[in-house]
Amino acid sequence: MKKLIFMFWCALLTLPFMGIRGAAYLFFGIAVSYGFYVALANMFGKIKKPDLPVNMKLLSTALIIFSFALPFLVRDYYTDVAILVCIYILLALGVNIVIGFTGLLHLGFAAFYGIGAYSNALLTTALGLDFWSALILTLILSSLAGFLLAFPSLRLRGDYLAIVTLGFGEIIRLVLNNWDSVTRGPNGISNIPSPVILGFEISSLKYYYYLVLLFMLSAAFIVKRVQRSRTGRAWLAIREDETAAEAMGINTRKYKFMALTFGAFWAGLAGALFASKMHFVSPESFTFMESVFVVCMIILGGLGSVPGVIFGSLILVLLPELLRDFQLYRMLALGAGLVLMMIFRPDGLIRSRQ
Amino acid sequence: MLTKGLPFYTILLPNLLKFNAMFFQQIINGLTVGGVYALIALGYTLVYGILELINFAHGEIYMIGAYLGIIFLGIFTAAGLTEYSLLLSLVLTFIMSTLVCSAYGFTVEKLAYKPLRNAPRLNPLISAIGVSIFLQNYVMLTQGATDKVFPHVIPVTIIEFSNVTMTTLQLFIIIVSLLLMAGLHLFIMKTKTGKAMRAVAQDKIMASLLGINIDRIISVTFIIGSGLAAVAGLMVAMYYGLVNYSIGYLVGIKAFTAAVLGGIGSVPGAMIGGLVLGLIESLGAGYLSSEYKDAYAFIILIIILLVKPTGLLGKSEGPRP
Amino acid sequence: MILEVRELTKAFGGLKAIEEVNFKVRQGSIVSIIGPNGAGKTTLFNCLTGILPSTKGRILFEGKEITYWKPHAITAKGIARTFQNIRIFAAMTVLENVMIGQHSRSKEGLFTAVMGTTTFRKEEETIKSKAFEYLEFAGISGYADVLADNLPYGCQKRLEIARALATEPRLLLLDEPAAGMNPQETLELMELIRRIRGWGKTVIIIEHDMKVVMGISDWIIVLDHGVKIAEGTPNEIQNNPDVIEAYLGKEEVF
Repeated sequence: MKKLIFMFWCALLTLPFMGIRGAAYLFFGIAVSYGFYVALANMFGKIKKPDLPVNMKLLSTALIIFSFALPFLVRDYYTDVAILVCIYILLALGVNIVIGFTGLLHLGFAAFYGIGAYSNALLTTALGLDFWSALILTLILSSLAGFLLAFPSLRLRGDYLAIVTLGFGEIIRLVLNNWDSVTRGPNGISNIPSPVILGFEISSLKYYYYLVLLFMLSAAFIVKRVQRSRTGRAWLAIREDETAAEAMGINTRKYKFMALTFGAFWAGLAGALFASKMHFVSPESFTFMESVFVVCMIILGGLGSVPGVIFGSLILVLLPELLRDFQLYRMLALGAGLVLMMIFRPDGLIRSRQ
Repeated sequence: MLTKGLPFYTILLPNLLKFNAMFFQQIINGLTVGGVYALIALGYTLVYGILELINFAHGEIYMIGAYLGIIFLGIFTAAGLTEYSLLLSLVLTFIMSTLVCSAYGFTVEKLAYKPLRNAPRLNPLISAIGVSIFLQNYVMLTQGATDKVFPHVIPVTIIEFSNVTMTTLQLFIIIVSLLLMAGLHLFIMKTKTGKAMRAVAQDKIMASLLGINIDRIISVTFIIGSGLAAVAGLMVAMYYGLVNYSIGYLVGIKAFTAAVLGGIGSVPGAMIGGLVLGLIESLGAGYLSSEYKDAYAFIILIIILLVKPTGLLGKSEGPRP
Repeated sequence: MILEVRELTKAFGGLKAIEEVNFKVRQGSIVSIIGPNGAGKTTLFNCLTGILPSTKGRILFEGKEITYWKPHAITAKGIARTFQNIRIFAAMTVLENVMIGQHSRSKEGLFTAVMGTTTFRKEEETIKSKAFEYLEFAGISGYADVLADNLPYGCQKRLEIARALATEPRLLLLDEPAAGMNPQETLELMELIRRIRGWGKTVIIIEHDMKVVMGISDWIIVLDHGVKIAEGTPNEIQNNPDVIEAYLGKEEVF
C-alpha cells in the first residue's frame, strides 16, 4: 500500500509535464509492471542474481574468434556498429585505468578523446601527414595532455576532483568550439583521410574493422597485463586506501600521474581511430555527456575489470542500435539505469572478483 | 591633426563616461544573473553541508522550476485568471512552481540518495548524475526539445539614467533574490528547524543522539533548496523569455562554482559567491571575450579549488586521517 | 640508536596533539608507547611515518634526518606501520595485499609490464614467493587467495602485520595490535612480535592491554596530553607515581 501511494505521488509529480492522461498511463503502467514483478518473484522464489559463465578463457577465445568472423556473418551496417563498439572499448579501457583501477572519478575524459581526434584530424589534413606518423604524434600529444592536466587535478580528492576534471573537459570543448582559426569551430574538420598500410588504403568497412579490432584486442591484452603488474597493484592500492598505499611505500602522486597519462594515451588512440573512421570531427562528439556515457560503460561492467569494460561498452553501444525505435528513451533509461545500478548492483553486472 | 590643439581630457572624458556606462551596465547585468546563481548555489551548499554530496541534479531542479513556471502560467492564462488579475496569477504561479519543484527535490532525495547514505562517497555522486540525465530527458520527452517561450504577459518598463538602463524585471530579480537570501539566513539562524539543520551539518551522530530526526532535516534541506531553485528558474524564464530542457546543466555547474567560490557548506558564502560570479562573468563578457563567457566559471572554479579549496568564507580543514 | 626523536611537536591549529617529545629507541628492542586516550600516541606514529607533517622538531632514523619526508620515502627507507583501525586493501586478495608491501623493494615499471620482459616476469615471481613467505610467517598462508575483506578479524590484523613486514623494514610500528583480540589470540600475537624482534627488527607498539605491554616491552614511554611524562623499563613504569596519577580514575590498568 505504501508503495502504491508512492507510485501515485510520483505520477502526481509528472502531472504538470505529461498532462492528466500521461500521468495516469504512467501510474497504471508502473503499478501493473510492479504487480507483475511481485507475482513473478513469488512464482520463482527469490530472483537469483545471474551467475556468469565460469570459464572465462573459453568464453573469451570463442568471442575473439567470433569477432574475427563477424564481418562475414552480418550486414555492413553491423560491422559499422562493431567498429564503434571497438572504439568505445578503447576509450573505456583508458577511463577504467583512471576510475576503475586508481579510483579517481574523472569526468572529463571526453577531452582526451577529443584531443586525440582533433590532433589526428589536424595533423593529417592541415599538415598533410600520413595516418601513422600522425597517430604517433597524436598519442604523444594526448598522453602529454593527460600528464599536464594531472598536475592541478591531483591535489584534490573525491568529488572535488570529479568537478575539476569536468571543468577541464568543458574548457577543452569550448576551446575546440571557439578557436575558429585552427579547429574551424562548430563546423568541424572534414576530409580526414583513411589510414594507408604499405600503399594500400584501408577505406572499406571490413578492413577498417580489422584494424580497430586489432588495436582493441592488443589494448585489452596490455591493460590486463599491466593490471597484474607492480604498477597495476599500486593503482588498486590507491583506490582501496590512499593513506595505507602511501604507508606501503607507494608514491601515490607518481602513480596517479601514470594512471592519468596511460589512460589519456588510450583515449587519444580511440579519438584518432574515431576521426579517421568518420573522416570528420566536430566539438559535438566530445561533450560532458560523452564522458558520462563512458563512465556508465565501466560502471555497468564493474569498475576495474577489463572483461567488464568490454561487456559494458558492448551493451551500451549495441542496445540503442538494436532498439532503434526506442532511441528517444535511450538517455532516459541510461539515467535511471545509473541510479538503479548504484542502489542495487554498485559493483557492476560482472564482478571483478568473487 | 585637429585634435592636436585640444586639451587631453576632452578626448578622454567621453571615453571615460562611455567606459563607466558600460561598466555600470555590466554591474547591473552581473547582479541580476548573480542573484540567480546565488539562489541555486544555496541549494548546493545546504545539501553539501549536510550530506557532503554534490547534488548534481540540482541544476535540473532549477530547469524544472522554469518549466513549471511556464506551465502554470499557461494554465492560469487559459483559465482566464491572468486577464482577471495579472498579479494574482503571477503570485499563484510562483507558489505552485515552488511547491511542485520542492516536491521534486524531496522525491529525488528519497528515491536516489537515501538508499545510498552509507555507500562509498562516489556512489551517490554517480546516482546524482543519473538523476540529472533522467530529469533532462524526461523534460525533453514530455515538453519537446525546442525552446519554450515564456508568455509575454508582464509589462517591462525600462528605467534609464545617463546611459545605463535597467528593466523593472532586473530590479525585481535582484530584490527577490536578496529577500529570499535574507529570509533563509533568518530561518537558519532563528528557527528550531534551522538550528537543527546546523546541528546535523556539524555532527550527524551527535544530532541524532539529541533527538533530531535526521531524515526529516535532510528532506527539509532538499525542499528548501529546490524551492529556491524553482524561484530562480522562474525568474530566469521571465528574464530571458526562453527555456530549454538543457539549461540546467550549465547553470548548475556555475551555481556550484559560486558555492565553492564562497566556501561550500557556508550559506553566506553561497550568497556572496553567486553575486561575485555573476559580476565576474558579465564584466568578463563585456571586457574580455564573450565567446568564452561560459569558460570563466570553470576557470574560476579550477583556480579556487587549487589555490584555496575552502573558498572565500569556508572554514579551514581539520586534520587528515 | 635506530630512532631518535627530538622536541617533536604537532599542532592542529592551536591545539598541540604532541608537544616537545624526546626519546630514543635502541636497535633490536621492543618499545611500548602507552597513555590514556587522546594522549597523542597515534599522532606520534603519524608524524614518524610522515602521514602528518610535524610542526616542529626532528626525527632521525639511523642517524639520518627524515622529519619532512613523504610517507612512501620513509617506508622505502625502512620504517613500516600498521593502523589502529584496520586498513587492508579490502577488494584485493590476501596475497596481493602482501605483494603490495613489496612495492618499494621492487622496481619494474609500466613499460616492462607492457612488454612482458623476462626481468619483469622474474621480479613478479620473486615478489610472489616472498609475499608467500611473509604470509607463512604470520600464519595465514592458508588464506592466500581469499579476498582480504572476507578474512576474520584476527587474521586481518595479522595480514596488516605481514603486509608491513613485506616492506622489509628495520623499524616496525604497530598501532594497538592486540585491540579486539581474545586472550589466546593475544598470546599468539605476543609470540609473533617476539619472533619479529628475533629477526633483528626493532618494534614500537602502541597498546592498551597492559599484559602485552608489560610482557614484551624492553622500554616503555608514557604520554599524557601530548607530553612525555615518563619512560623506563616495565618495572620502573609500574612504580612511577606520575604514571599512576595520569591513569588514576580513568581506567583500571595495573
